[in-house]
Amino acid sequence: MSSIDLSLVWAAILCFAVFAYVVMDGFDLGIGILFPNLSPGHERDQAINSVAPVWDGNETWLVLGGGGLFAVFPLAYAIILPATYPLIIAMLLGLIFRGVAFEFRWRDPRHRALWDLVFTGGSTIAAVSQGVTLGAILQGIPVEDNAYAGGWTDWLSPFSLLTGLAVAIGYSLLGATWLIMKTEGSGQEHARRMAFWLGLGTVLALAMVSAATPFLDNDYWRRWFDMPQVLLTAQVPLLVAICTVVFFWSLKKRAEKLPFLMALALFLLGFIGLGISMYPYLVPRSITLWDAAAPRDSQLFLLIGSVVIIPTIVAYTAWAYWVFRGKVGREGYH
Amino acid sequence: MLEQLDPVILARAQFAFTVSFHFIFPAFSIGLASYLMVLEALWLKTGRGVYANLFRYWLKIFAVVFGMGIVSGVVLSYQFGTNWSVFSAKTGPILGPLMAYEVLTAFFLEAGFLGVMLFGISKVGKRLHFFATCMVALGTFISAFWILSVNSWMHTPAGYEINESGQFVPGGSWWDIVFNPSFPFRLVHTVTAAYLTTAFAVGGVGAWHLLKDSTNIGARKMFSMAMWMAAIVTPIQILAGDAHGLNTLEHQPIKVLAMEGDYQPSPNGAHLVLFGLPDDEEARVHYEVAIPHLGSLILKHDPYAPLPGLVDYPREDWPPVKIIFWSFRIMVALGFAMLTLGIWSLFARKRRRLYEWRWLHRAAVAMGPAGFVAVIAGWVTTEVGRQPFTVYGLLRTAESNSPIDAPAVAASLIAFIVVYFAVFGAGVYYLFHLMGVPPHRGETEPENVPTRAAGITPGSAVTAPVPKGGESHE
Ligand code: HDD
Ligand code: HEM
Ligand code: HEM
Repeated sequence: MSSIDLSLVWAAILCFAVFAYVVMDGFDLGIGILFPNLSPGHERDQAINSVAPVWDGNETWLVLGGGGLFAVFPLAYAIILPATYPLIIAMLLGLIFRGVAFEFRWRDPRHRALWDLVFTGGSTIAAVSQGVTLGAILQGIPVEDNAYAGGWTDWLSPFSLLTGLAVAIGYSLLGATWLIMKTEGSGQEHARRMAFWLGLGTVLALAMVSAATPFLDNDYWRRWFDMPQVLLTAQVPLLVAICTVVFFWSLKKRAEKLPFLMALALFLLGFIGLGISMYPYLVPRSITLWDAAAPRDSQLFLLIGSVVIIPTIVAYTAWAYWVFRGKVGREGYH
Repeated sequence: MLEQLDPVILARAQFAFTVSFHFIFPAFSIGLASYLMVLEALWLKTGRGVYANLFRYWLKIFAVVFGMGIVSGVVLSYQFGTNWSVFSAKTGPILGPLMAYEVLTAFFLEAGFLGVMLFGISKVGKRLHFFATCMVALGTFISAFWILSVNSWMHTPAGYEINESGQFVPGGSWWDIVFNPSFPFRLVHTVTAAYLTTAFAVGGVGAWHLLKDSTNIGARKMFSMAMWMAAIVTPIQILAGDAHGLNTLEHQPIKVLAMEGDYQPSPNGAHLVLFGLPDDEEARVHYEVAIPHLGSLILKHDPYAPLPGLVDYPREDWPPVKIIFWSFRIMVALGFAMLTLGIWSLFARKRRRLYEWRWLHRAAVAMGPAGFVAVIAGWVTTEVGRQPFTVYGLLRTAESNSPIDAPAVAASLIAFIVVYFAVFGAGVYYLFHLMGVPPHRGETEPENVPTRAAGITPGSAVTAPVPKGGESHE
């Protein structure tokens, strides 16, 4: 055991948690963002029902991401959160709104329109703040003496706004393709039309963010374009191109699951791209994963449980999804 | 104007506000999850409809409470970083793994089985559904276990070393860290508190409906169950609280002296101040009403045992005495009020008037919210009593906060206050609405039952009628 670099192992586990969060909460936040486009009544009820049993579990991956960072890379947690303070607060408030809207819209039919609006507002705020946070981290955070050394609006820049928009569009794509999979009839038709435009938007946004990233900092440029790793990194855009083609083809063929899977693949590639840009920094240009690491003892203590528990969680989460598999029925309610 | 505010005070206010709001929900959902488990077990065992109906009645309420608990809890897990980044960087190696274990062993368990518990009975069958209910209840308990271990460590740190950069790092066994000296006491006292909170809330609702219709079977059943809890668990809680106090006297004597209002040392045994107005400046309690020697009798089990006074300790280590003096009295008074109601119910049972004694029912309605108040008062005592430290005796609160400017903290505090009152206010309103409906036969499941799967699993699509109700009895 002593020869294994636990910080690397933990970086991999946390990447997994964050990715799990992004795709799972991504589709339910995406549905929230698209909500105003769905017609009140049947379409909306179906959409909500398709996520009601799972949204809590989806959000828990976010708690694991935050809690895990606190546990194994406490310094990164203590720098990134103050640096993105208003964004995190906005995200949390957004998540409150969308979380309660699930329950409240059923409790109060008279104000259902209001809670639907709250659901959309909360989901949108949460998605955009997550995207902006990502951009803020990528563009770099001023650090002195192992503490955040900037003001409380330093995160704001054209680049971070671009990533905010990109994430919101990407989540909407996940949401639309999820609905293609889970619904039928007119709702599904509608989702398919939305997915087409959102697919275009996502690819465009991905391209813009990718084009802008290397200009943030020389280092990113080198990572992507120096020989010989360019031979590897070049595969990422290539795969993105392939997935894009398959995505539009699957929409055209009226496939039900493939669009969602391709949207996931696009997210995965975007995620790998981020990894290439960032590694091995947690706070670009100042804190690497080893700088931020908790002592080996803490990392090991948590790892011992995690290797058993995380697979178990994945198993019963899969079971819960399995219980609610298939289409959400047409026979909606009221 | 905002610039002049102290960011530490603002951050404290913010944390106190959000965590107190949060705990209102777990205090109810921990108890309610277990209550639901018991109801479902009784239903499976006896097959009696009254249990099924009660189960469904409280399940709807549980869904709302739990939802609010989740979203307010997510806020907290990020607030350590946003508002207390220095604290996080220093304690992360010790507290981080414990909190991460909470996520892994508790939150995922609750979340994974919650969907099935709320919506899945027609999909997985009764037995598996009962299993899901048990898992959710277990999850709430495991959650309490870890988070209270974390919190207790901040009061009675153990098993640590301090490294060259001032971080607390594990320095011995994790057992010492997890089972730090105040943890067992806090776990018992807090989980029992959650059960009592639920018992009094359920009892209050039952009593309310009995007042309107003393023949309602569901109301009778829930009132009777709640009163058993009140009668049996309250004495246990008082004993647990006493033991907790003795433990605190050992590890945080200043806190106990502040709770008691003992400014001056009492070499011949301390009195017990019932009421009075503590005054830090003069270091004495004005207009005090006190019972001689009782303080020492309670804390030392010897009426003449000497006790120190706050003035024996440096003033910069005193917590805000007034707050905890009062919050402690509120908790204890409610504890004894609960005991009174519990005993009254036994008496009523003996005279066979449990379901008819209107004054008993009125008292139970009045005591419905008692648990929530006692729980918050208890936490205020504990946490304000830890001041001026975040890690007791080692890390001061004033040195724990994030390098964030006061206006940002103030603005977010205001945002939290506005949003919480609006959102959770609406939630509480819906809860009252749900609890205002008398329990009755043919109780439906929560309405947002995602209707049966169709297409892929055609079989289940047609059986079982679509639950249509809900609105009609709202
Ligand atoms: C004694 C119990 C207790 C205490 C002291 C706390 N909580 Fe809590 N928490 C719970 C008991 C609980 C619970 C019973 O497990 C919850 C309550 C809502 C829910 O109803 O589950 C929960 C939910 C909950 C969630 C959402 C979990 C999910 O996504 O499912 C988070 C992230 C937290 N809590 C975090 C915290 C933090 C950081 C606390 C400390 C400051 C805290 N809780 C105090
Ligand atoms: C759920 C029940 C809890 C309640 C009602 C509660 C209440 C409070 C209150 C009133 C304060 C403000 C004290 C002051 O600043 O004067 C506070 C502070 C704080 N509490 Fe708790 N607390 C709870 C649980 C916890 C837990 C479980 C933890 C640790 C994991 C914790 C960690 C803190 C921290 C870090 C602060 C801020 C620093 C400070 O002011 O000391 N609290 N809490
Ligand atoms: C009348 C008897 C009671 C006594 C003597 C008592 C004693 C105590 C003491 C000494 C503390 C502070 C411990 C510390 O910070 O070190 C405490 C905290 C607390 N009390 Fe009580 N208590 C009583 C009743 C209750 C009741 C009826 C409830 C709720 C239903 C309650 C809920 C709490 C909670 C939630 C805390 C904070 C968590 C903790 O530190 O355990 N208590 N109690």
